[in-house]
Amino acid sequence: MTKQPERIFVKGNEAIARGALAAKCKCFFGYPITPQNDIPEFMSTEMVKAGGDFVQAESEVAAANMLLGAAATGIRSMTSSSSPGMSLKQEAISYMAGSEVPAVIVNMNRGGPGLGDIGPAQGDYYQSTRGGGHGDYRHFTFGPGTVQEAYDLTIRAFDIAFEHRTPVLILGDAILGQMKEPITPWEPENIDEEGGKDWAITGRTGGREKRLIKSLFLAEGELAGQNRHLQAKYDSWVDLAECEQFETEDADLIICAYGSIGRIAKSAVRKFRKEGKKVGLFRPITLYPFPSAELKALAEQGKRFLTIEHNLGQMVDDVRLAIRTISDSEFFPIYPGNLPTPDELEEPILKCLEGK
Amino acid sequence: MSEMNEKLVFDKPESVIDRATHYCPGCHHGIAHRLVGELLDEMNLAEKTLMTTSIGCSVFLYNYLNVDAVEAPHGRAPAVATGVKRARPDHFVFTYQGDGDLASIGMAEIMHAANRGEKMSVVFVNNTVYGMTGGQMAPTTLIGQKTTTSPAGRCQATQGSPIRMSEIIASLGGVAYAARGSLDCVKNIRAAKKHLRKAFECQINGTGFGFVELLSGCPTNWKMTPIQANERIQTEMIPYFPLGVFKDISEEGGIC
Repeated sequence: MTKQPERIFVKGNEAIARGALAAKCKCFFGYPITPQNDIPEFMSTEMVKAGGDFVQAESEVAAANMLLGAAATGIRSMTSSSSPGMSLKQEAISYMAGSEVPAVIVNMNRGGPGLGDIGPAQGDYYQSTRGGGHGDYRHFTFGPGTVQEAYDLTIRAFDIAFEHRTPVLILGDAILGQMKEPITPWEPENIDEEGGKDWAITGRTGGREKRLIKSLFLAEGELAGQNRHLQAKYDSWVDLAECEQFETEDADLIICAYGSIGRIAKSAVRKFRKEGKKVGLFRPITLYPFPSAELKALAEQGKRFLTIEHNLGQMVDDVRLAIRTISDSEFFPIYPGNLPTPDELEEPILKCLEGK
Repeated sequence: MSEMNEKLVFDKPESVIDRATHYCPGCHHGIAHRLVGELLDEMNLAEKTLMTTSIGCSVFLYNYLNVDAVEAPHGRAPAVATGVKRARPDHFVFTYQGDGDLASIGMAEIMHAANRGEKMSVVFVNNTVYGMTGGQMAPTTLIGQKTTTSPAGRCQATQGSPIRMSEIIASLGGVAYAARGSLDCVKNIRAAKKHLRKAFECQINGTGFGFVELLSGCPTNWKMTPIQANERIQTEMIPYFPLGVFKDISEEGGIC
């Protein structure tokens, strides 16, 4: 990896689009929905200049299915949306998981349910980590907390997708998508732009055996075998779980938060540390696989936990599963529709710290 | 023995895999598969073909044609094929869809792929019924036709009219070729093959989107013998779904 010295000042949405270009994404399928429009807008010009192809689809349903088709040919491809649009994409994501098609999908989470609002929220955590469509599947999910991390993880996402033949979701929110920060862009080296040589449909040139990308397994035992194969793949990801730990070593209370809320919680932790209060932050970077082992290790040290999310309590389930039989986690919700500030997190953190 | 004098005039196309199909007796999917297979051979397309299959009886098309394929969700084949073609523009890309798949759940996808003028071909098999799921009413079910979900016969007032897809598709800007053929008799089968060839040529020449509707029999769900089913195509379907070419700009040098 060669770090370029330049710094650029961009929104999270643009950082993701630039990261995709750096990762040699060649096909993008978009549909307008706030707050992610900067991504398809950027791709419709910059990716086309870079020799790729952009389609504004007739719907999120179609965009996700175009992604399925393009990615089935082994070309690095991507789509992006926001919550209501993500509900529509779940059909194709289930098919991509079932037929093991590698692709990158971005969700700039907005408030829900229904049409909700266009502000930030984390209400799509369950959908993003449980397999949001039908059937028994998971996909890799990143939860970047900064604009730089959004750039970096987008590049990672393409590698993970092809290495494991899986859809990879980047779950941001309206804060990350719309916030401008300076980042250092970098170009990954040695990208294999024909990463599907062994499986992708590229035509039977030279008389090779035909290839089939499918998720229908009707013959007796076939589907059970496919499900076993998929589950073994998901289980193998446990070692790829990532998190950021900030001031956790001597902390009495660990704040668990991801994405933008993780970052806001970090500001609160910094403030408490200045006051000598032993608070730390545990911020999952991969939401699936969830970094359970690291969290469990903290529980075994006797620490207490407070999970803060911009929803009514979703990731807290994963926190509690990780530390079950050892400890438990308190939960503080920020209701979707409200914009949280570090100050607002101080009271619930202080209450937990003082054992109230 | 007169073996020396015998000449083989009819053989299985190379692109069609030699195996028994799951289709019912009298079903016309086998004929449609064969026509596609013959053209893939004759036009030397098999090695560069990326096929998108759909949901319905023809979902197993990939077991019968010896080409690379991706399986699309119900109705989404034109979107999936759009992705395939955009990613691999030098390949030959086609979808094969039934009437429930294309004209009901996939109406948005077929309309917009056609309107964008995607350089791909669509084989649309219209047998006026949902076959795989057991004979339910389709968007192309004729008025008065009895199905498992229109047991008294399709009623125009409450269930709408059968949709004439070829005519609708022909009205869209990106379309180079739209035609309707039928698989009920040899004469019509030969004409259907010509339609398919023209549609495939429009893709290869970059002229635009090619669409061929094939009226087909479904004796099982029509509760008819195969011969009765062929007669029904003549007496009931063709009068409502007229055969012919509804758009052909292939001679005009194409569109952009």
